[in-house]
Amino acid sequence: MQDAWLWLILSLDATLRVATPLIFAALAGLFSERSGVVDIGLEGKMLVGAFTAATVAAVSDSVWLGLLMALLASVGFALLHGFACITHRGNQVVSGVAINILASGLTVVLGLAWFHQGGSTPPLTQHQRFTAIDLPFAQQLADVPVLGLFYSELLSGHNILVYLALALVPLSWWLLYRTRFGLRLRAVGENPKAVDTAGISVAGLRYRAVIIAGVLCGFAGAYLSTAQNAQFIRDMTAGQGFMALAALIFAKWRPWPILLACLLFGFLDAVAVRLQGVSLPGIGLVPVQLIEALPYILTVILLAGFIGKANPPKAIGLPYVKDR
Amino acid sequence: MNKAVFAQRFKAFASSFLLASCVVTGTAMAEEPLKLGFIYVSPIGDAGWTYQHDLGRKAIEEKFGDKIQVKYVESVPEGAEAERVTREMAAGGNKLIFGTSFGFMNPMLKVAKTFPETHFEHATGYKTEANLGNYNARFYEGRYLSGIVAGSMTKSNTLGYVAAFPIPEVVMGINAFTRGAQTVNPNIEVKVVWVNSWFDPGREREAAVALMDQGADVVTHHTDSTAVVVAAEEKGKYAIAYHSDMSKYGPKAQLTAVTHHWEKFYTDQVQQVLDKTWKPTSIWGGVKEGMINLAPLNAAVPKEVADKVEQAKAALAAGSLHPFAGPVVDQDGKETVAAGSTITDEVLAKMDYYVKGVQGKLPK
Repeated sequence: MQDAWLWLILSLDATLRVATPLIFAALAGLFSERSGVVDIGLEGKMLVGAFTAATVAAVSDSVWLGLLMALLASVGFALLHGFACITHRGNQVVSGVAINILASGLTVVLGLAWFHQGGSTPPLTQHQRFTAIDLPFAQQLADVPVLGLFYSELLSGHNILVYLALALVPLSWWLLYRTRFGLRLRAVGENPKAVDTAGISVAGLRYRAVIIAGVLCGFAGAYLSTAQNAQFIRDMTAGQGFMALAALIFAKWRPWPILLACLLFGFLDAVAVRLQGVSLPGIGLVPVQLIEALPYILTVILLAGFIGKANPPKAIGLPYVKDR
Repeated sequence: MNKAVFAQRFKAFASSFLLASCVVTGTAMAEEPLKLGFIYVSPIGDAGWTYQHDLGRKAIEEKFGDKIQVKYVESVPEGAEAERVTREMAAGGNKLIFGTSFGFMNPMLKVAKTFPETHFEHATGYKTEANLGNYNARFYEGRYLSGIVAGSMTKSNTLGYVAAFPIPEVVMGINAFTRGAQTVNPNIEVKVVWVNSWFDPGREREAAVALMDQGADVVTHHTDSTAVVVAAEEKGKYAIAYHSDMSKYGPKAQLTAVTHHWEKFYTDQVQQVLDKTWKPTSIWGGVKEGMINLAPLNAAVPKEVADKVEQAKAALAAGSLHPFAGPVVDQDGKETVAAGSTITDEVLAKMDYYVKGVQGKLPK
């Protein structure tokens, strides 16, 4: 029983680490898409954030400066997306795809030019990275049955960006559902004409939304290269931006369900690693092939069977043209 | 000037011009560099599988200078894309093409048949053609040596192994590592996590952490990134790196690294093409040929362990030691190599079982 509890706690611990970039990116998509701007470019903005964070941290010796520059770089790409889609009313999907392609190519080209390491940045030392934070009394409470393990292994020992990602979920909920800004943001994604009639700038609101999305993608990217890993590696996002997009749709564009969706995806990924070689009661050793397929099987089952129809914001993807 | 004189002078000028042209062209043709290409499966980076091959590329550039012109393409996915890149390289006039991943085998074979005048060399494969050779290193010899180090340094008697795909090359590495460790400590168990990717730092890291959580205090990997060594450094455990010396990623963690060296092989192949003596061969070199080595041992490794490794290394080079000399017993207790005999290369190249001491079931 104790072994099963330990296995579960350690799997949940891994879940938090794996889910963190998904949470940041899915929340980024939430703000952008709730305002009516489709954000296929989450992946690209994450990649730019990851590259910038690792590059600046390696060169300046400061992970905090790396994080700040990652946010700025990601916001820069978000503004590019906004300029194409909000100001010039371009196709939002095409713009997002273009940002992904641009980010993928640009990070490699700059990486090669600056570091001559195949598009990677130099390895980061411990003080150039976000390292684990031990919460108070984590060591002392480790031996306390059940709860000690929960506190010392699951809650303690993560880096600051993991805690920030978790904190941003209630903050996003509060911002969207308990503030005037949130009401307007949701309204502009549903009925921009009504917002415009009320004398509020549709473009201004949408720009603010894509800037927030840029900041959150910057956090996601910085996490990948300076917390989860110790350097930037070309295309290291490996589709996580699209996974975040799936989590966003799965969660029907709502903050708390986004957290659950990202944790679910993270858990399935963590379990795919941690079930290998583990003998389950009454089942025995589970074949690796089944373990590897499990995340995909469960995702399809959950998406097909349990969430019902996902209704996006009504004005999503539609450029707003002001009546003369 | 009369016509006869003009005609005479014109002929003299024309013939000397033609002669000069022929000389210049002939010289240019004689000095035209040999064009060759490298196709890499992952980014070069500063450590790992592709990095080691790239050191070989740099060695031939240094040795042959202007006699050769080298092109390389990195991060080429296995499959259709590999075929496209190989075809483009051959069509571009490259007369010697190296493909450095197992999954490039069939694409290279296909292209080789279309370009009979081009020489192809494929790493880690087993198929040959009139103009396609293959080459590999006996990684398992290095694994065996690193197993001795790991077996000597573990306190938990549990070793962890992050593996890419269940192909014979990887499986024989796991088995050799286990057998090396068991020469020091027969009670050792090796736990394996498959990540189903040659290069996925995030997943490799999580696999390493999972193994350490399950009690492994020494981890190793058959994947391309440095993530496993980084994870071990963070967790205060030991690691044995693969492909390259990764000690700068884990100065305390890395006990040693199984490294492979292609410089001599690549320079030999280029020389043969230049000398027009190249023939397709199947080369499988190990410690003896200098293709496999261990990185310098960590200061934490005791002298007696270092001596034991050196003795084993010398025996491997001399041919008096083989990591799979019988008796070899699989997980189920079945004897796969009888006492007094040694596994053949043919059987070794098809290895599809775990030896006793490896936990879990091999995916098939």
